[in-house]
Amino acid sequence: MGAGHAHALYVPRESLLHRLPAQCKIAAVVLFGLVVVSTPARSFWAFGAYALLLLGVVLTARLSPRLVLRRMVVEVPFVVFALLLPLVARGDRVDVLGLSLSQSGLLGAWNLLAKATLGVIASIVLASTTTIRDLLHGLERLRLPRQLVLIASFMVRYADVLAAEMARMKVARESRGFTATGLRAWPVLSASLGALFLRSYERGERVHLAMRSRGFNGTMPVLRRAAPTAGSWAAALALPASAGLVAVTAVLA
Amino acid sequence: MHIPDGFIDAPTSVAFGVVAAAGIGYCLRRGSAELDDRAAPLAGLTAAFVFAAQMLNFPVAAGTSGHLLGGVLAAVLVGPWIGATCLAVVLLLQGLFFADGGITALGLNVTNMSLLGALGGYLIFRVVLRLLPQRRTSVPVAAAVAAGLSVPIAAAGFVLQFAIGGTVEDLSLRAVLAAMVGVHVLIGLGEATITFLTVGLVLRSRPDLVHGARGLLRRESARSAPAPVVPAVPAARP
Repeated sequence: MGAGHAHALYVPRESLLHRLPAQCKIAAVVLFGLVVVSTPARSFWAFGAYALLLLGVVLTARLSPRLVLRRMVVEVPFVVFALLLPLVARGDRVDVLGLSLSQSGLLGAWNLLAKATLGVIASIVLASTTTIRDLLHGLERLRLPRQLVLIASFMVRYADVLAAEMARMKVARESRGFTATGLRAWPVLSASLGALFLRSYERGERVHLAMRSRGFNGTMPVLRRAAPTAGSWAAALALPASAGLVAVTAVLA
Repeated sequence: MHIPDGFIDAPTSVAFGVVAAAGIGYCLRRGSAELDDRAAPLAGLTAAFVFAAQMLNFPVAAGTSGHLLGGVLAAVLVGPWIGATCLAVVLLLQGLFFADGGITALGLNVTNMSLLGALGGYLIFRVVLRLLPQRRTSVPVAAAVAAGLSVPIAAAGFVLQFAIGGTVEDLSLRAVLAAMVGVHVLIGLGEATITFLTVGLVLRSRPDLVHGARGLLRRESARSAPAPVVPAVPAARP
């Protein structure tokens, strides 16, 4: 998860999703996530409907499904965890291929896999169609505290710089014959972390002085952008709204 | 590993979202008051440091490796309020942008790792530091104990959330608690070692930057007056 990926995640395309204001997309992803999480696990068809809705969104964004699949590797740890659930849960058991599995464990695994996967895909679409700058701006428009957004934007801006700093330290270590094997490497690696902290903090102090000398007083000027139109909101909220309809139908059925 | 969507039900996730928002709001106010206009650049760089530090792999054995979580480290180095805020910012961006941790589970993750891990860990740090001899060398020891405990505490936070709103039935809570805390005690040992070494290094080269050692250093320099060991004001580089 290199910091350089912060920019590499964005896939520049010309599409409705790319044009939508970030705050509409963030709201849509959060609401969609809540609808998916609230759906009962036994309404299997509802999850199929959500997947189709997301596929529609991926195609509207003109993203290739292969790219989305490739980025889904973040999910691997949950998948491993979900596969363990039927083995460790108790309750009524069924035999599958000679393994005695717990029924509620199977349902739990399905629930986790389905919901986590839908959430991951929604995040991937958000990150692929929104630059991190717009994302931060959208968060600010959604009334996240200004100070928090400011901290996040500094983090984003300097994550690359620090990652490069760390890469240089790695080169320096290795050119002195260091290879990271086993616990004996820990003092050396921790020393690198300590040095990285000192360099980060001192850089922060220098950045602050540079900003002060340019008139910074603790807050950043707000860049006014046109508020999103009702049409943008309608387009963005179409996804959670249709998912909501599916969920209501699933609960009533 | 962060909690994904779907593991904890929606009402519990939303409730912990409110807890997390209130907690981070409070940290942000306290942190800004402490640092005034330096808050944003320094906290931003610290958040970037936590983010970068999590990418550094520490080899364990047989090809496995782990990385630092950094909650207590950040809290001891820059103070509990800014430290917890930095952790929350890292989690926010990881969830929104890297799909690491579910978006609906953000409140759960922030509660566990930022409020329980960093803030709770800092509380342990202060208590342990008070029990140890009032020497500079006690600071990394206290930080290590706090870091080691903070990891199973964050895991226990997850078990609490699971007990309230877990979506898997027939999973014995005691088994979940034992497995989660057991695994995280091991991870905590690694966290404690890295935190001990890193705090020790920073303390040797820029003791004035270690927030958790401030009271101690002030008393030390008062004792050794008139020649203070540590400059009272950190010298900013030109």
